[in-house]
Order: sequence, then C-alpha cells, then structure tokens
Amino acid sequence: MKERELVIVGGGPAGMAAALAARAAGVEDVLLLERDQYLGGILNQCIHPGFGLHHFKEELTGPEYADRFIRQVKEDPGIEVSLRSFTVKLTKDKELSYLRPGAFEEVKAGAVILATGCRERTREMIPIPGTRPAGVYPAGLAQKMVNLEGWLPGKRAVIIGSGDIGLIMARRLALEGIAVKAVIEIQGASRGLVRNVVQCLEDFAIPLYLRHRVRAIRGRDRVESVEIARVDGDLKDIPGTDLEIACDTVLVSVGLIPENELLEMAGAEMDRRSNTPIAPEINRTSIPGIFACGNACKVYDLADWVTRDSELAGKMAADYLGSLA
Amino acid sequence: MTCIACPQGCFLEVETDGTSVIGLSGHKCSRGAVYARQEIEAPVRTLTTSVLARGMDLKMLPVRTSGPIPKGKLAEAMDAVKRITITSPVKAGAVVATDLLGLGADLIATRSLNKL
Repeated sequence: MKERELVIVGGGPAGMAAALAARAAGVEDVLLLERDQYLGGILNQCIHPGFGLHHFKEELTGPEYADRFIRQVKEDPGIEVSLRSFTVKLTKDKELSYLRPGAFEEVKAGAVILATGCRERTREMIPIPGTRPAGVYPAGLAQKMVNLEGWLPGKRAVIIGSGDIGLIMARRLALEGIAVKAVIEIQGASRGLVRNVVQCLEDFAIPLYLRHRVRAIRGRDRVESVEIARVDGDLKDIPGTDLEIACDTVLVSVGLIPENELLEMAGAEMDRRSNTPIAPEINRTSIPGIFACGNACKVYDLADWVTRDSELAGKMAADYLGSLA
Repeated sequence: MTCIACPQGCFLEVETDGTSVIGLSGHKCSRGAVYARQEIEAPVRTLTTSVLARGMDLKMLPVRTSGPIPKGKLAEAMDAVKRITITSPVKAGAVVATDLLGLGADLIATRSLNKL
C-alpha cells in the first residue's frame, strides 16, 4: 500500500484551503481527492456574488472565489490533485480506498482531512404529506440544473424554506423568467441572510410567507399546487388560514446535513442529530490524525469562514504530522 | 432599509426629501452610506447568470456584469444575455459582451471555458 503524508478528501473551498495551509506549515506531500471532474466543489454552481468580502476584501462570485484557490493548488508541486476520485473507504488507521477512472487505489495516510461538505435535506426528511408528483427538487440540485446544465425546472415555482439557497434560487428562477409564487417559512423570520431577503425576494416582489407550513403537495404526474396554512406559536395550523397556490415546481430548501459516511466508517464518535464529529475542538474528530473541516465539521453560512477554519485544519494536520516525526 | 453591501445586513434609517438622502444612521461602515444614496437615487444591482456554451467543456459559462446596472434593467439584460451562445474558449475575467444594452457595463466570464 502506497504511503502518503496527508490525504484530503474533497476539493471544494475547505479541502483546497486545508491543502494550501498544510503545505505552508511544512507538509511536503498532499494528495487531494475530488470526486467531480473539477476542483471548486459547490462554489462552481454558486454563480452569484457575495464571496470573498472577508477573505479577499472584495466581492467575488463562487467560481471566481474558487479560482483563486484552484490556481494556487495547481501551481503547488507538493499537492497532487486526483479528480474523478471517489473515496469509498476509510479506516481508523488512516487507510483510504478510492475509485478513479480505470483504477481502484489504496493508500495509507499519515494524516487525513475530511472536507466532504454537506448534502441537502430532502422532502423525505421533513413531513410534507400529499402525492409524489414530478417537479419537486432540492434547491441546490435545481441550482446545479439551472446554472451548470442550463435546464429550467418549470414555469411556476413555490420554494419551501427560506435558507440562503432557497432565497438565492428564488432570484435565479425569477431572472430566468419563472414565476416564483411564494417562499414558505415555518419560523417567524427568514433563516437566510437579511441581504438575501432584500436582494432576492423584495427586488423581485416575491412574497415570503412567514409562520406558514406546507400542508400538502398536490398533483398526479406533475406538481399542480401546494396547500399552505398559517401556524401558531406551537407550529399548529390555525384553522381557516388555508391557501392553495398553483405551481408546477417545488424547491425544497430546508437545510444541509454534513456528509460524514467516511468518518463514521472509521469509527469516529458522531453527533447523531447534526451528523458532525464529536470532538473538544473545531476540525478535530475522536480519532487522532483524522480531521474534518468546512461544512463536514459544521454547517457554515459563509464560504469565507470555511476558508479561515479550514486553513486552521491544514495547520493542525501539519502539527500532528510534525509531532510523529 | 437593509444594506446589502455585505453579509452583515445593517438596518439603515434613511431620511429623504423624495429624491435624495438628507439623513442617515445605522450604517457600520462607509459602504452603507454609498449604498443608501445609490438605492434612493438610482438603485443598481450586479447581474450574475450563465450563458449557453456549445462544444466546450462546460454546458453553461457563468458570467457577471463588470459593474452594477440599473435594477429596472435586469429583465432586459437577461433577455440580451439569453441571445448569446459561446463556441470558443474564454478565460476567466474575459469580456463576453461589451457594453451590455449600452448600460456602461460589460459581461464578464467568471470561469474559464476550454475546448472539450
């Protein structure tokens, strides 16, 4: 089995920042595994501005923010990037197995940083009764469809949940000429940044229904409508407040879950509720030498903070490797 | 109004005479004052979207306007952007369309596009 000093799983903002910081702290050999065919992770589909205000003191779009790191990673002879490489196994002894086109690879790492990000919570993870028609998408998947594939999901949309991805997709759909009928939020305030409520909803006169719940999604083959109702302080429906909104598309933006199957496989202690590692300090796990950073460690609202904390993870991994030498 | 210059989202108390700002409080930095004046006098936004690419390594090329354009022109700008198809390589930062709709802002690629 080949031995590598530091293996990082995930080539998004977290993995790239960790790789560069580890190199700066003296790690000589970094293997960066990315399952997609490009570095950048979720930033590639976040084509809107709002990135880099803290880290670079200027406002960039997601791809531009990613590009700053991709250039540095590619120029660094101490970082080997392996694209289209899907990690399928991790052990507590830091042995990794991954698939890349035409090969199954196994490596033993001195230290491992998991920068695997999040998955979206889906409709199935929140109780929404009704039928199971086509036209219901997680908001981030719809973002990928519109921004990377050039497909529009429908003509009239309702968005469930007012997190930042939902708000940003409301604007994105509106710009593409899709009628965004409503954003539905069960809480009394949007879960996203205030600036996104202003520039994504108010700019386009998209109604935000606070303290409302989706009672059902209706439709036989394709979504035909959603039924909503106002809720009281205990989140119970208030009788007589039902409203049916006709639409052919529903985007579900109800949060993210860290993707930590590898960490779980390695036997690390996990917080079942948040799916994050249990550890006394950020970026650490219960297994010495295995670190988790970025959205895999905790869900961030800004990529700039992912960069900051992931740089620390790179440094921590370097310190760990230094302590073994 | 809420300042959208950065993710902090300061709540600005703005006093106007109908066309311009005569009093302002609540902003935590100078960008807030600039934003408030602009928003009252002539609101502008930076447009980001993606442009169709043919025969290249990406199906869609992400783009933005080089500077903010009038808020009321966003829909018209989108229509103009939708008429563009890119069939040759583009470097990140390169101009995809000059002076979009005569609004004084270029359309800029935010990612590099390469041959397949």
